[in-house]
Amino acid sequence: MNEEGTAPGASDSGDDNDAATDDNDAATDDTPDSVTDELIADLLDGKHRALARTITKIENRAPGYRNLVSQLHAHTGHADVIGITGSPGAGKSTLVDKLAATYREQGLTVGVIAIDPASPYTGGAVLGDRIRMASNVGDMDVFFRSMSARGTLGGLSTATTDAVKALDAFGKDKVIIETVGAGQNEVDIVRTADTVAVLVPPGSGDDVQMLKAGILEIADLFVVNKADLEGADRTVQELREMLQLRGGESTKGAGHHGVGAAGRDPADESSEDGDDGEQWEPQIIETVADRGEGVAALIDALDDHRAYLENSGEIDAKARTRYAEEIRTLLREDTRELLAEEIDARGGLDERVDAVLAREADPYAVADEIIAPLEDCVRERRRDRE
Amino acid sequence: MSAEQGQRQIRCLVAKVGLDGHDRGAHVIARALRDAGFEVIYSGLHRSPDEVVQAAVQEDVDVLGISILSGAHNTLVPKILDGMAEYDALDDTLVVVGGIIPDDDKDDLREAGVAEIFGPGASMDEMIAYIRDNAPERR
Repeated sequence: MNEEGTAPGASDSGDDNDAATDDNDAATDDTPDSVTDELIADLLDGKHRALARTITKIENRAPGYRNLVSQLHAHTGHADVIGITGSPGAGKSTLVDKLAATYREQGLTVGVIAIDPASPYTGGAVLGDRIRMASNVGDMDVFFRSMSARGTLGGLSTATTDAVKALDAFGKDKVIIETVGAGQNEVDIVRTADTVAVLVPPGSGDDVQMLKAGILEIADLFVVNKADLEGADRTVQELREMLQLRGGESTKGAGHHGVGAAGRDPADESSEDGDDGEQWEPQIIETVADRGEGVAALIDALDDHRAYLENSGEIDAKARTRYAEEIRTLLREDTRELLAEEIDARGGLDERVDAVLAREADPYAVADEIIAPLEDCVRERRRDRE
Repeated sequence: MSAEQGQRQIRCLVAKVGLDGHDRGAHVIARALRDAGFEVIYSGLHRSPDEVVQAAVQEDVDVLGISILSGAHNTLVPKILDGMAEYDALDDTLVVVGGIIPDDDKDDLREAGVAEIFGPGASMDEMIAYIRDNAPERR
């Protein structure tokens, strides 16, 4: 799997054989800065085709995509980014459809990125979220894009963040990221949103499930969808109890918040930067997405959270954290590429693996040997600077 | 399999257009393309030409596969092609049609911009190989 993780980004350095086959060969020569400039100009000009192509380049890590995203950055920072996550069948796509339609009624433009899993064996995927977008067909101001979780490790969250930038720069007021909240990878993605809504279908298990499910901790809002089904009341009740418990804990843990400054349970763990303002208390919204019930209440709650972020200054803190994290992720990927290059230059890992198998070497020793020149180089440079 | 990840991923839209409720074939094809390592977006049933165009443009697919068994291909397919052209998306999208198309109509569709037509009996392997060979180069 690690090999796969390296491959998509490696096309930049041009030394990766996998990435440099047929299609990309031509693209390498064909993607000078002028093409990027043209694409950016078209995108900023509101051309859907350019936006779509930009996201494709981001997904493919096509040659020149870094330059592309770099140039986009200056035009971003205006969109409100909403993450929606929940188990398969919870009703995410249907809810996103209704959300998008309601935003459109308010005169806002919407971008949606829907992430579906890809086969770990073939890399293929059937991306089915689009089928549910029935309320917004024929409305090009809802830009819906399906993405497969084809990248491994940091790849997917980088691609998602960059695609959000493209939609933001295009001028979308609201950008919705929709993803199955399975696995750390997807949790990382959805955490890049300003506001995170977690869908909990009725009958998701008893309160023990509520205790152990880590994804519940990232929620700014809980949406109990399919609230007309049996067991919805109980799910709401269990969520409420969980939040009360959690509120109690975090009050003890983080005294500087000033217990119940606004007479509320401080329950949001993401605000540990010491703001003295009021705390955000995760809300629980009941919806029946396919009938559009509760969507207005959800929009209100999303707006409330946005207002809270802005009033408390949390939004800036979030942005800081997010950009720091983005830089770290990029560096990790770049380092990985650099190492892949070094491994190639040393003739690959086969012989070393043979040695490890024969118990003549061990994985740690091999890693040390390969990283040593890099370490030396970096440290030498640092000494020179000092 | 690791080679797949580094290559450009071929994206396909499998579209059902018009009043044609037979989508077993489209499902089978979507699945076969997925297993061939492509990313497949399925439109769902009863799409209008506009919806198909919207999906194809936004998803920036390499291949648009239109499944049509209703006999309305002479009306619906050109509408889709025109819509694609409107968004400058026709030139570098491979448009293929699957379904029951009388021989007399095939030439007209080809002339309008359809690259290939697969009728009953076409094999999956043939289709997949065709897509691999003909997916458009993109800058």
